[in-house]
Amino acid sequence: MNDATLIRKSLFRNKTRAILLVLSIMTAFLIFSVLGAFSRALNSGVETAAADRLVTLNAINFTLTMPYAYWGRVDQVEGVQAVTHASWFGGYYQEPRNFVQSFAVDMESYFQVYPELVPIEGDMETLLARNDCAAIGQDLLQQYEWTPGQRIPLTSNIWSKPDGSRVWDVELCLVFDAEDQDVPTNYMMLQYDYYNESLAFNRDQIGWMILTTGDPAINDQVGRDIDALFTNSPAETETSTEAAFGQAFLEQLGNIGLILTLVIGAAFATILMIVGTTMVMAINERTKEVAVMKTLGFSPPRIFTHVLSESVLLSLLGGLIGLGLAALLLVGVSGALAGQFPGLRMTPTIIGQAVALMILFGLVTGLLPAINAMRTNIVTALGKD
Amino acid sequence: MAEALYQLNNLSKRYTRGKESITIFSDLTMTIDKGDFIAIMGPSGSGKTTLLNQLGGIDSSSSGEVLFEGSRIDNLSQSRLAKWRAANVGFIFQFYNLMPTLTAAQNVELPLLLTNLSGKERKRRVATALGIVKIADRSGHRPRQLSGGQQQRVAIARAIVADPKVLLCDEPTGDLDRTTADEVLQTLQLLNNELGKTIVMVTHDPSAAKYARRELHLDKGRFLEAEAELA
Repeated sequence: MNDATLIRKSLFRNKTRAILLVLSIMTAFLIFSVLGAFSRALNSGVETAAADRLVTLNAINFTLTMPYAYWGRVDQVEGVQAVTHASWFGGYYQEPRNFVQSFAVDMESYFQVYPELVPIEGDMETLLARNDCAAIGQDLLQQYEWTPGQRIPLTSNIWSKPDGSRVWDVELCLVFDAEDQDVPTNYMMLQYDYYNESLAFNRDQIGWMILTTGDPAINDQVGRDIDALFTNSPAETETSTEAAFGQAFLEQLGNIGLILTLVIGAAFATILMIVGTTMVMAINERTKEVAVMKTLGFSPPRIFTHVLSESVLLSLLGGLIGLGLAALLLVGVSGALAGQFPGLRMTPTIIGQAVALMILFGLVTGLLPAINAMRTNIVTALGKD
Repeated sequence: MAEALYQLNNLSKRYTRGKESITIFSDLTMTIDKGDFIAIMGPSGSGKTTLLNQLGGIDSSSSGEVLFEGSRIDNLSQSRLAKWRAANVGFIFQFYNLMPTLTAAQNVELPLLLTNLSGKERKRRVATALGIVKIADRSGHRPRQLSGGQQQRVAIARAIVADPKVLLCDEPTGDLDRTTADEVLQTLQLLNNELGKTIVMVTHDPSAAKYARRELHLDKGRFLEAEAELA
């Protein structure tokens, strides 16, 4: 036997209570880890944004388009290294519920601006040569269990053709992935020309432009120059960094971070109070045992350490089970949710934060009982005069 | 001449309850020699347990001195007193006070966690202590699986396992039937006679006191009469 055995035995003195406490803490950390992973997945676009990449949008809002001719003009702005454009296609496969995040892009420049996207199947030459070729991200390919080379009838819920059809048939000529798991690959791209030439309305318009400057230090200047170029035009622009664009896009969904913080905070505050109160009660029940230990020669600091360790052990036990369950849950749902939440997984950062929080949680809930135990008056506790 | 283990000089203990000051004992002076076995008797509230607590360093005095092997212990800090208790004192309580989640052997091993002994040595000492009190066959049992007498034997083993210089016993047979009480007292007597342990025992029971070498009668904070030599 050693001190660890003693701490473990004390913790499970009342098994039912200990198990209920473990379950409470487990629930708190399950919520923390899962919501943390979702939050991270939502923010992955922001986190993986390149520092020297800018996005130019219609100044009114990002749902409005701008003339195709802007692309060539931006390319001439000093400091612009490469520029591409994209247009929201808003696609689905067979049924509207089978959402397919898709854009109409200029393939060649798009892959120049996004060098992190790596072709893993098919070849670029074919993609560029054929109008009906599409490039698809690995996550999206897996989500619908499509195969490279397969033809997909992609329906737009925004755009239509002159004959009233909304379907663009594309062939999956190239599959791309990214080395960094946090880079989303849950979308597909079709050729802008193929899309544009069939449009019944809004032809020769683009949704937004993405450009690289090669040096984050000149981002502001380049952005101002671009926007100045289109001042007083029918479609004024607003240029911002890719990270700012991603953040602004997320904020359209509401302040996700605040919601997550409130949910996690409420769960933690409740569980903290329950565990803290229960720990105080549990130690009070053991006052006599604490007094006996002190009588045997256990010093007040050692008693303090024992109780605090007990509390931290309880927190770690519940927390690690919660973390493990969250990891399993994320593995289970990440495939199905790859389209909506690319990169949904347990990360070392979440694990690190959770473990730090477990230790803090254990210290906070154990502090008062530990002080009480340390200050236990032996004579009073033993119930003698 | 016997060597003094404890020396109490003008020891007093008073409580304040509201505006009332209650004196438990005052100006007690006594010596306890090494190897002695003393029974302190007296009615409830006479201060015998309070005196025992002073000897064990688990309660503070109002005035006076408690010397152990010539050194004062009444002015030590809580942490130093804990260390002193671990090295010198074994406690035996009326209601055993064993840890309910630990086995008999683990309960006995508890004081040894405060030493630097190896796990193997600790096990050896636990086995020896349990053997002395004749409860080795119950080493794997938890307290609730043992009778009162068996629990008290485990408590005695816990008290002696670290080889303390003195055993302080507070009504050690108060919760036991006569036969079991006699067995426990014989064990204490054996520890005194064979191993030379100094024992101070508080008891109401005159039959229990007979196992001691001498009796001290405490009433209203004073020793009533000359001590009786029983040994």
